Amino acid sequence: MPETFFPILVLLGVAAIMAATILFLNAVLGPKLRTRKKLETYESGVPLLDASRKRVSIQFFVIAMVFILFDVEIAFVYPWALVFKAAGWPLLLEMFVFLAILIVGYAYIWKKGAFDW
Amino acid sequence: MTLVDGAIVVLRVVVPALILPALVIPLVWVERRVAAFIQDRPGPNRVGPFGLLQSPADIIKLFTKEDVVPAATDKFLFLLAPSLAVFAALSTFAVVPYGPTIRVAGKVIPMVGADVSVGLLYVFAITSLSVYAIVLAGWSSNDKFSLLGGIRSSAQIISYELAMTTAAAGVVLAAGSFRLTDIVAMQEGTFRLLPVVPRWNFFPQVIGFIVFFVSAFAETNRLPFDLPEAEAELVAGYHTEYSAMRFGSYFLAEYINVIVASAMTATLYFGGWSLPGFHPEGWLGGLLGLLIFAAKTAFFVLVFIWVRWTLPRFRYDQLMRLGWKTLLPLSLANLLWVALLAIWRTSR
Repeated sequence: MPETFFPILVLLGVAAIMAATILFLNAVLGPKLRTRKKLETYESGVPLLDASRKRVSIQFFVIAMVFILFDVEIAFVYPWALVFKAAGWPLLLEMFVFLAILIVGYAYIWKKGAFDW
Repeated sequence: MTLVDGAIVVLRVVVPALILPALVIPLVWVERRVAAFIQDRPGPNRVGPFGLLQSPADIIKLFTKEDVVPAATDKFLFLLAPSLAVFAALSTFAVVPYGPTIRVAGKVIPMVGADVSVGLLYVFAITSLSVYAIVLAGWSSNDKFSLLGGIRSSAQIISYELAMTTAAAGVVLAAGSFRLTDIVAMQEGTFRLLPVVPRWNFFPQVIGFIVFFVSAFAETNRLPFDLPEAEAELVAGYHTEYSAMRFGSYFLAEYINVIVASAMTATLYFGGWSLPGFHPEGWLGGLLGLLIFAAKTAFFVLVFIWVRWTLPRFRYDQLMRLGWKTLLPLSLANLLWVALLAIWRTSR
């Protein structure tokens, strides 16, 4: 079975080489006229106004946490979906229990306003 | 395994990887011409016949421009990010079946890069890598526009990935396999109750298809979900500081991702290379299967372009609301519906 993954390994190598080649060719072909002004950080044509690494909205953090929760849910759902046809009703009931617990959490997050910006 | 067999195994996966970036050149021309058609203007029509040489000219220009690396950037990550974008975009297609299994000169050649048992998982794993390309670009640029674009993108892509993977779980359930060739095989022929309708997953799982396809727009950062680059607010978003082919890498990756997302939609919901009544024989059958697959993929690529020039951009709160409050519950409902359908089918 592992040998079916061999072409993927080849492709990953080819993809990496192509990605590197593109940038290498550009570095060789392009001019190199560095000036101090050119290397400044972009700020719509005026001198840089303030720092770029400032605090960002807490909402992004909340979304990231909720994502982990649901990503684990999907990690459960995929093997369930794979073997579902073999078992039928009992598996469906189990998934209802699992989803019911999940949906309680989902409703709580919704109510708390994690999805409102 | 002889040398010829080995060469075939390698060519099966490498040839598509070389064709995909080459397809981007005509695709950019198509996008610009379609945009012009929708907006009632001529579009690029000066370089070569019908402006066909416009894209090659643009590529040459991108390659011969200066590769500016601003002083404030994190040099290594700034270089890594665009390479990662191209790497992820090129790697995804490996497991997608692009044609039937053909027999040529006594050799059995399945027209798929690598027919692995975890095909669909591989696709989702590799497409998730592209979020790193954007986040790292946003962070390493050390520019507020890039940073905002990168952070927006990370939240957007992970949000829509949930809906997308849950919708695709419906397809896994119906096929009982992650293997994409199995998913295509189960969609051959027509429904027993309605013998004129092809057995595509699209018909029983239309909700799943809608969730999957809408999420595909968010995953590829295309309008109406191109918040990470939103040129009216963020200059150019995560690639503000990029120039020449480093910018070109993102451009290339975006278009390859559009092709791959279309190919995945065709494979999961529209039967891939199969058509009812089409039984491939020999190399001609292989070619026909390839053409059917290409036609289905091209259709969805055109829908991508069509939508881009039809819908306005979403606001960020609207984007999050759509993803979490509409698409996610819909994808779960679709999953339960498919489960009930599977029970009904087996109980008959």
